[in-house]
Amino acid sequence: MRHHLILRVITKLLVGPIILFALYVQFHGDYSPGGGFQAGVIFAVAFILYGIVFGLTKVKDVFPEWLVHKLLALGVLIYAGTGVFALLAGYNFLDYSALAHDPEHGQHYGILIVEAGVGITVSAAMIAIYYAFGSRPPRISDEEW
Amino acid sequence: MLVGTALAIVRIRSLFAVVMLSGVFSLLSALLFVTMDAVDVAFTEAAVGAGISTVLMLGTIALTSRFERISDHATSPLPFVVVVITGLVLVYGTLDMPSYGSANSPTQTHVMPEYMERVPHEIGIPNVVTDILASYRGYDTLGETAVVFTAGIGVVLLIGGLGRRRRRKDGAAPKQSEES
Repeated sequence: MRHHLILRVITKLLVGPIILFALYVQFHGDYSPGGGFQAGVIFAVAFILYGIVFGLTKVKDVFPEWLVHKLLALGVLIYAGTGVFALLAGYNFLDYSALAHDPEHGQHYGILIVEAGVGITVSAAMIAIYYAFGSRPPRISDEEW
Repeated sequence: MLVGTALAIVRIRSLFAVVMLSGVFSLLSALLFVTMDAVDVAFTEAAVGAGISTVLMLGTIALTSRFERISDHATSPLPFVVVVITGLVLVYGTLDMPSYGSANSPTQTHVMPEYMERVPHEIGIPNVVTDILASYRGYDTLGETAVVFTAGIGVVLLIGGLGRRRRRKDGAAPKQSEES
């Protein structure tokens, strides 16, 4: 897609706002619709859009594959780790009241951390799947579309 | 419009058009969810169904072929009959459902009042959907995250990502056989 000037300029303009919107959906999910799943997908979309327009090698420079694979596991670890932390603090597994003195604040922190874990895993999974599909040699040339 | 899009998906043979239409289908059903006040679900449908899955389908098309192959064997009427009967049974089932938005429906009377009552003083986060997903149903969400994780790992293991390492092994293997 090297010759599509308009697409490239628009993409450069859009990637920043998309990531910003993903973070808004992620951390404002307590007050408005949204949460980890949606935010993770939107975050991944920013990189996938960049990958479609500028090519896979450019995205892999920005977001290398090994990092994606690490993040994929990190998200689940954050989620389960929150549960284990509550367990060690003497509460039930995934009882967020353990995270602060005031149980209500604990729930706030817990949901925030857990949603962050969900978001990281979902976005890493989406990007990993996109990389896996994209890095195989295509059988259809660009002109055939 | 949903039905029309679905029919078009079945009829059209150009897979590119089919993928685009399935994106349209997702977007339309997201609109349907919005009109039914299920904003969180609509959000997910629009992002995952219309966005990501369309892109992944396009990636798959790029790897395979652009047109559906015309099947050789004769079409039997049996699958159509089964689908029609299942559809009629489902429609018959909806006749017993309470009317949409009814205050006496099981959704409104079963566990929902308890959640609505408990959420403000137990958690204090205004979005009840988030509260239920992340706190009351924490185990379920942990399971869902694990499912997404497994899906990602599965795709990476099956069709790529680790290709470079495998290629290196392939390159190393013939040398060893030459030596031996």
